[in-house]
Amino acid sequence: MTAPSTVDEAAALITGATTPLAPRGAGSRWGATDGTPVDTSGLNQILEHNPGDFTAVLQAGVSLVEAQARFATAGQWLAVDPPTGRHEGGGTIGGLVATADSGPCRQRYGGLRDLVIGITVVLSDGTVASSGGKVIKNVAGYDLGKLFTGSYGSLGLIASVAVRLHPLPRATVTVNGSTVDIAVLQKAALELNRRPLEALSLDARWNGEGGGLLVRFGGASAATQAAALGLVLQQLGLTDVRVENDDEALWQAQRDGQRSRDAVVLKVSGQPGDLSRVIGAARDVGASVVSRAGLGLSWIRCSPDAVAGLRAALKPLAGTVTDGARLVDQVWPSVEPGVAALNRRVKERFDPAGRFPALPLSTVEA
Amino acid sequence: MDEVLGELRRIVGSQWVLTDAGELRTYASDGLLQYEVTPRVAVLPGSADEVRAVVALCARHGLPWVARGAGSGLSGGALPIVDGLLIVMSRLTRVLKVDLDNGRVLVEPGVTNASVSAAVGPHFFYPPDPSSQIVCTIGGNVAENSGGAHCFKYGFTTNYVLGLEVVLPDGSAVTLGGPEPDAAGLDLVGAFVGSEGTLGVATAVWLRVVPRPEAVRTLVAFFDSTREAGEAVSRIVAAGVVPGAIEMMDKPSIRAVEEMAHAGYPVGRGAALLVELDGPETECAALFDEVAALCAECGSDDVRIAADEAQRELFWKTRKSAFPAMGRLSPNYFVQDGVIPRTRLPEVLERIDELSAEYGLMVANVFHAGDGNLHPLVCYDGRVEGQAARAEELSGRILDVCLEAGGSITGEHGVGVDKRKHMPKMFAEADLEAFQRLRCAFDPAGLANPGKVMPTPRLCGEVPGPYRQHPLEAAGLAERF
Repeated sequence: MTAPSTVDEAAALITGATTPLAPRGAGSRWGATDGTPVDTSGLNQILEHNPGDFTAVLQAGVSLVEAQARFATAGQWLAVDPPTGRHEGGGTIGGLVATADSGPCRQRYGGLRDLVIGITVVLSDGTVASSGGKVIKNVAGYDLGKLFTGSYGSLGLIASVAVRLHPLPRATVTVNGSTVDIAVLQKAALELNRRPLEALSLDARWNGEGGGLLVRFGGASAATQAAALGLVLQQLGLTDVRVENDDEALWQAQRDGQRSRDAVVLKVSGQPGDLSRVIGAARDVGASVVSRAGLGLSWIRCSPDAVAGLRAALKPLAGTVTDGARLVDQVWPSVEPGVAALNRRVKERFDPAGRFPALPLSTVEA
Repeated sequence: MDEVLGELRRIVGSQWVLTDAGELRTYASDGLLQYEVTPRVAVLPGSADEVRAVVALCARHGLPWVARGAGSGLSGGALPIVDGLLIVMSRLTRVLKVDLDNGRVLVEPGVTNASVSAAVGPHFFYPPDPSSQIVCTIGGNVAENSGGAHCFKYGFTTNYVLGLEVVLPDGSAVTLGGPEPDAAGLDLVGAFVGSEGTLGVATAVWLRVVPRPEAVRTLVAFFDSTREAGEAVSRIVAAGVVPGAIEMMDKPSIRAVEEMAHAGYPVGRGAALLVELDGPETECAALFDEVAALCAECGSDDVRIAADEAQRELFWKTRKSAFPAMGRLSPNYFVQDGVIPRTRLPEVLERIDELSAEYGLMVANVFHAGDGNLHPLVCYDGRVEGQAARAEELSGRILDVCLEAGGSITGEHGVGVDKRKHMPKMFAEADLEAFQRLRCAFDPAGLANPGKVMPTPRLCGEVPGPYRQHPLEAAGLAERF
């Protein structure tokens, strides 16, 4: 394994390669890609933190934990809270951007695609190119940051990213309500989506024969908002409604539900109104579910042999196997031929030698 | 030529193919009037199928084309090309689907920005709010990744587009993304939004809409200097407050807007800061006094709080009248659109003042203060020979100042034709070459809005090098190149 410590070294390594390459961050994902690893751990500099401007520039190998610790000294954070992987330290910035991983606070702050304001990449011919910049508002040039966010390394190596930061929430309070009725859960989630809550997070959970909703508030009046919403959840038929000031463990459990060490996690892209269908399908195969109820994204933790049936039951929603890739035949969702062709044309332009990993999609009907 | 025109008439109907010079003059410019090109043909398709047929026809004949929405853009992004087609999207105005359970709408590209909010109101709204929102279209917003006064808190067009029906320059139609987030494959929606019409044309757009905030509180604070007002912005943001909008005007701008809007603003003061908090009632109440106190601490002895919706509307009308109001102070002006890291504001404004003195031309500043987006208005008199050119030069030097401060040449207006020449100052050749890779993946023949964004015309790899008769020439639409 080779670990370049500068962008130029990375470019030299990539152009000199004769075998397929696999950019690698902390290795916090279980389903690693085949190929010669390009280890980004040497690209570990926090190049800039501009507290007054709420921006930072980070090399790919910087760990999220280290970056957050630095930002916290100014009362700021990169507003992402993805599940941690096999390492306590969680993933690297580069790995996070490449996989577009996200956690519960995506409800309020958007995903990584919405927080990356500039990117520098190394392409397979050694080209080092940047797009965007260091300011939060900028429409000059094409947005390669979005193209590479969630590209799973298929277009090139992410060397560094510029990100927008946010103030850390002053205090957080969570309302947590339970139900054994999927219809009640769905109805309550849609009702909350119609309200101007400005919640940090709005999640659903399901495990076995029961589940619930969790809503997290942050800000000057978090406790007041949470108390008011607690009454609403009761009116909507949820039981055992609690307002929790010490709420971190609740959300850690939600994040943990997005990962699995031994089994498979199927991430489903839906809409908020698909919640009952997703949970129903998961319940039928004895799987547990974590959902971003305001966004429509769900993570189903199941056995490998349940994946095909879940995909079939949830058609046409896209399902991606985010953990346990080696245990299933098809990791990526299938896309229509025209879109697949366009994805391929983009890859051919950015990675003409085809050294980087395959595109994160399938052309096989699941 | 006859052959192409005949086909166009068969596709969209004769009345929607414009070739008369008088009719075409309407489309010669977009919102940036100093550029003017009369297209040879303008077509107004009435459906996505017609758009596809027109683009496919262009692909068969190798004809370049430009798609146009309302034509309110400020960078010449919709400037026609003399030897190509202008595809006017203004007839595609249907709201196809409103799904408030999921907070989604599906609209055709000719729908105006304001009518999206109208379609989902009163309980929901569509946050990106360019000043031209009454007329500008969603298709144009998608092309330019439009912003607005509220994007510091709410984000830009790109944060609200979930899916696109796109006609690619080869005439094929694809669906990128959809009503669900995180579609399979690369984020081609993210790549398409803000690509200024160079990757294809959208025929339908999935947008996210959000519940209208429970409460809105607005104040305007006056300061002796932009430095003090800038300090207030920094203190507010550093306190962890994320205002819905935070807008600054300098002394010349205050004078101009007061003459037009008669809001009782103190002419002669150095800066006005409009701060709007929105969100849950309890949160606004908790933070609003803090914001007013911070303004006072930073030197404002005149903080005016909107007592009702009428006064709030007056505050906003005054702010939004800044561009037209400048016409009362100066016969002509250029609107600039630079971005800086917000903390560099004092030094950048000082440098702009120096340049203004050096050129002997007034520069008024209107500023989206939260996100560092400056709109210097460079005033000049077009009747004085050479003054327009000097004003343009000054306008360009202001961008140099923004870049030196670590900023950008455009925050929301786009590159278009107007800022092509500044692109190499912001991006290295390798960066531009990487942009071209994306362009070539979507449009290898270079037919969609050629000559925009990139500083110099570039061809894609597959296009053979030696001279070929240009397809327009073959089609009889142009005689020489």
